[in-house]
Amino acid sequence: MIVAEQKPIGEIDRLTLDYRRLLLLGCAGCVTVCLSGGEKETEIMAGALRLKRRNEGRPVDIVTRTLTRQCDPEFINEVEELAGEADCIVSLACGVGPQYLAERFKDKYVVPAMNTRFAGGSVRLGVWEEKCGLCGDCILHLTGGICPIVRCPKSVLNGPCGGSRNGKCEIGGDIDCAWILILDRLKKLGRLDTLKQIIPPMDWSKSRNGGPRRMTREDLIIE
Amino acid sequence: MKSAASNLEKKLSGGRPAVTAEIGPPKHSNPEGIISATQKLKGCVDAANVTDCQGAVVRMSSIGAAIHILRGGIEPVIQLTCRDRNRIAIQSDLLGAYSLGIKNVLCLSGDHQLFGNHPTAKNVYDLDSIQLIRLIRRMRDERLFFSGEVIKRDEPRFFVGAVANPFAEPYDYRVDRLEKKIEAGAEFVQTQSIFDMERFERFMEMCVERGLNERAYIMAGVTPLKGVRAARFMQSIPGIIVPEEIVRRLEKSADQRAEGINICVEQIKYIKEKIKGISGFHIMAIAWEEVVPEIVERAGLFV
Repeated sequence: MIVAEQKPIGEIDRLTLDYRRLLLLGCAGCVTVCLSGGEKETEIMAGALRLKRRNEGRPVDIVTRTLTRQCDPEFINEVEELAGEADCIVSLACGVGPQYLAERFKDKYVVPAMNTRFAGGSVRLGVWEEKCGLCGDCILHLTGGICPIVRCPKSVLNGPCGGSRNGKCEIGGDIDCAWILILDRLKKLGRLDTLKQIIPPMDWSKSRNGGPRRMTREDLIIE
Repeated sequence: MKSAASNLEKKLSGGRPAVTAEIGPPKHSNPEGIISATQKLKGCVDAANVTDCQGAVVRMSSIGAAIHILRGGIEPVIQLTCRDRNRIAIQSDLLGAYSLGIKNVLCLSGDHQLFGNHPTAKNVYDLDSIQLIRLIRRMRDERLFFSGEVIKRDEPRFFVGAVANPFAEPYDYRVDRLEKKIEAGAEFVQTQSIFDMERFERFMEMCVERGLNERAYIMAGVTPLKGVRAARFMQSIPGIIVPEEIVRRLEKSADQRAEGINICVEQIKYIKEKIKGISGFHIMAIAWEEVVPEIVERAGLFV
């Protein structure tokens, strides 16, 4: 999933300072799963903003909705009427949401309430970890199912570098050395020989470096 | 523009131990410090490494500094990290460096930017050190750019080096990784500073067993310690092991600097006499270059 976290309420307040009628839009996709931008979080944020504004003598009208997804135009259409009544839309989706909203509601000021962090998953309740670098050229079969692109801070494809200590990366922060994990796993699988091959440089044109990516599947397109 | 092999390559292929030192470029644009370091090292080393923003701290570029060193009379080995340049910038720098008379390159991943003075920088790591070695060799041997496009004339003909760290974990895999670097095309290898001699001996035994010393020139890295504080600092660096025995020896001595030099000289002599497969020594005495001539002389490394 896409893991995102809320911006501090003070920042969201600052970003919406010029507006009195806000539409707060949650998303029932990834941000609901990672407990940051779903229905419940949207209501809590609305409550906090109302309270803050009232206490500071700048009352605000807030309407809330949570869309099935903010990354599909058909769901964005559902709030057309509400958007018309608001003068500012606050999105609690990942970075995709505010863009769909801004595109659909061209005369509305759109504010992101979230910082989108990474593509990853949960470790345990309250902890999430980045797992995928979205590079567009997966090599996980070569590396024991552990991604060196995103889990090694130097994205070393032929590791480990010299900065591995007690299974951890030298940069600290309790980060596991991805290459120690890869070695251990390939050893267990009896496939250490795989690493004798030099993994060639990545084709970064398949990643973000080739500009915004677009994927087309002809079999799904209805003329 | 087919120029002759580098001094370092000639010395290493001649069979006598080669000596390299290390010069760290300054955090400003005045070359006096590196010129003076060059003067101190002249006549007692075959070449000097020029570090590439070591510790991820912004310094004069290794190529720029290397030119001052070259003019000062020492052959430079430019260090080239993967941290700050993509494949376009790397090749461009290689063409420029070679056009200026630089003939040796040492390929490294580079220290992570979080350790330096610009921790908010974006790192590059378009390539890793092993891929870099292979691609520089291909530029030279097959006259191809990294993309596969032909270099129509005057390809850069670098003598290509790599680093090896026998003291980084996992120890078991370090020889494999060195082999991979040699397979990629590394012709000379400089090791991380050796203090834990036992571990280094084991590492070299495995290298010799696999014949790695026949496929590349392995140079033992040594560092004279200025004293206990320097030793403790070294201990804090991942991938360096300084045994307590060495720290105690420095502690006990009346003149820690002199003792640091003694230890370094003993290490070189020991490696020279007892450890098989070593082709030379890389003496890393950054900001203490003046001791290198004494170490070279006392260790009996005739240049």
